[in-house]
Amino acid sequence: MVDAPPSRPDRTAFGADRLNGGSAGHDIARGQPAERAGSTSFLGRARRTGYGLLGSTAFRLSLIYLAVFAFFSGILIAYVYWNTQVIFYGQLVDTIEAEAQGLAEQYRIGGVGRLVQVVNSRTRSPTNTLYLVSDRDGTALAGNVSALTTGALERSGLMQINYQPYEEAEDRQHQALVHVFMLPGDYRLLVGRDIEERQRLINLLTRATLWGIALMIVLGVGGGYYVSRRVLARIEAISDTSRTIMHGDLSERVRLTGRGDEFDRLAENLNAMLERIEQLMHGFKEVSDNIAHDLKTPLTRLRGRVEAALRGAPDLAAYRDALETTIEESDRLIATFNALLMIARAEAGHSGISFAPVELSAVACDVAELYEPLAEETGVALCVTADTPVTINGNRELIGQAIANLLDNALKYGADGTDGTGRGGAEITVAVTQVAGAAELVVGDRGPGVPEADRDHVVERFARLEDSRSRPGAGLGLSLVAAVARLHGGALRLEDNWPGLRAVLSLPARGGSAERE
Amino acid sequence: MASGTERSTERSPVSVADRSNRSAIEARDGLCSAAMRILVIEDDFEAATFLVKGLREAGHVVELAADGEAGQALAEGGDYDILVIDRMLPKRDGLSVVSALRAHGVQTPALILSALGEVDDRVRGLRAGGDDYLAKPYAFSELLARIEALGRRRSPAEGETVLKVGDLELDRLAHRVTRGGRAIPVQPREFRLLEYLMKHAGQVVTRTMLLENVWDYHFDPQTNVIDVHVSRLRSKVDKGFDRPLLHTIRGAGYMIRDAEA
Repeated sequence: MVDAPPSRPDRTAFGADRLNGGSAGHDIARGQPAERAGSTSFLGRARRTGYGLLGSTAFRLSLIYLAVFAFFSGILIAYVYWNTQVIFYGQLVDTIEAEAQGLAEQYRIGGVGRLVQVVNSRTRSPTNTLYLVSDRDGTALAGNVSALTTGALERSGLMQINYQPYEEAEDRQHQALVHVFMLPGDYRLLVGRDIEERQRLINLLTRATLWGIALMIVLGVGGGYYVSRRVLARIEAISDTSRTIMHGDLSERVRLTGRGDEFDRLAENLNAMLERIEQLMHGFKEVSDNIAHDLKTPLTRLRGRVEAALRGAPDLAAYRDALETTIEESDRLIATFNALLMIARAEAGHSGISFAPVELSAVACDVAELYEPLAEETGVALCVTADTPVTINGNRELIGQAIANLLDNALKYGADGTDGTGRGGAEITVAVTQVAGAAELVVGDRGPGVPEADRDHVVERFARLEDSRSRPGAGLGLSLVAAVARLHGGALRLEDNWPGLRAVLSLPARGGSAERE
Repeated sequence: MASGTERSTERSPVSVADRSNRSAIEARDGLCSAAMRILVIEDDFEAATFLVKGLREAGHVVELAADGEAGQALAEGGDYDILVIDRMLPKRDGLSVVSALRAHGVQTPALILSALGEVDDRVRGLRAGGDDYLAKPYAFSELLARIEALGRRRSPAEGETVLKVGDLELDRLAHRVTRGGRAIPVQPREFRLLEYLMKHAGQVVTRTMLLENVWDYHFDPQTNVIDVHVSRLRSKVDKGFDRPLLHTIRGAGYMIRDAEA
């Protein structure tokens, strides 16, 4: 048959046109950005009025949330829309192609005549499919389409056109997706589907989406503003309280709602911070009171003694005596000042203090050995357990001073541990151990110990328990130990030794070999 | 504790041992005084006056420079036995004076005085070339003891293997102590304590000097820990002998010497 060959190019044309059809779907989907632009302009309007009303953080926050939300929901809607379009047009094109395939088969068998016959028989019963066979003058030979978009039959391929169905008399145009084929002898075949209904559905959906977006913006702005307002009101409450605290007294606290949320935690932390500041302020006041007492008292004594000596009869021996006690008194003052300075330096941190690997056991043994004769003289047995080398990173001088202070303290307050108990000799233990990354130096005595409630207090500068006020000592020993511990990133713990005091100097241990400075 | 003033008057007749006698370190009664030439570089007028007066009373020849540059020029030109240098000086910082002197080959022993109380100041001072370091405020007795110990440093005590004070002998190699031929058992630390005292026989050695040189710590022990160590040593060295060698110098420290020699 002569008419057979055209089917082949047609078939390839089908394939190529299908691709076109796919891209047509794309184009339709790209209509979406315009709609999104519409939604942003909505937002823009809302923002403008918002600025006019309120410049508050509450409003700004809700707008930011809304913008973010709108952006992402826009992307989501666009994605869904695009997918729907692709599926919808894909199905449509598939149907048209199948139909055309069948007709091409008929054409191959019986040429145009057969084609006209088949189309006539198919259009006799009502169908969704559009058919049209025309000759070279554009006269319809068969089909169910009357008026067409002019020039629709001039080129082959997939296209969207307007047409008028036969059944409808009135001048109403329908939309259709059609495929036009050029047949030999300038005949044309059109196969297509009406898309009017689906188009209407899509328009409806688009309108609904737009209204939805508009509603979302209104509700979003309102709701966001309400929520932000509530959240910010609590921040405002906290800032109000802090203003009151700044102006007034430190005893004021931020109120908690009891909900245990982030704001309650913030308030709790602020309150803890205020607590600490109040404590520090109190401590500062106490220290200055104590400095006043512990430094002014000896200064007063010193001055008084010199004055008395000058007032008295000019006696060389009395002068000499007064001068000697003056020097003694000033030596004590110097010692107190030195201890205070050392604590201040240690508390100020690393600058000016060199760190090196220090063997804690060795230092403990050294210092214990230094104090051993004194302990023996006092009638106290000094037991040292520091066999395993424990290396820390630190300042040997300060560590040595700290251990000396602990021993000094133990000898001063722990020596009378045998009072009444008749245990036959007080004992001070010194032990160095490594406990999970921490080097611990423990000095334990059998003295009266420190009541649990007072343990934090005795570490403070100038602190001495009331009943030990009468004894010598500036009360700086344990403070210095605590400051040295803090400087080394460790801590001083005071525990019960059942009975007695157990002072634990805990310092971060250092990995690697034990080497002396 | 007695005053520093009292100490200086009491202390003045005692001085360093004759440097020509290098065969053995023996305590002298100090009458054969070898006065030292001391240069004090100190800008505070009152402190300097007090220092110069005290050192002169102790029998030394003292010169004074009021700033770093003048001090350095004097130290480079004059023949001094000891330099006493304040850490903070006008025109030139004390530490840089010391390091400049060392760089120019001046090896005169230097004692650095400092009002800074930093933990590592001492290390810095010694690293710059100082031989000893004393924090202000200090007791004059402490300063004097240290100056005299520094002056003695030039003597070859380091090389002696046997130190002798009277009939007390300390063998540094055998780690043995005998008195009058009788062996005295001592602990290792007591040995070092006695060694240091005998190295500085006839000189006052303060408690802090002992802590620094025997124990290698520089803090102030708050109680009389050193005293107990010394009295323990004394009971070993002097008990049972009619002539005590280890003396307590009131308000200053200790001294080992044979008064009869």
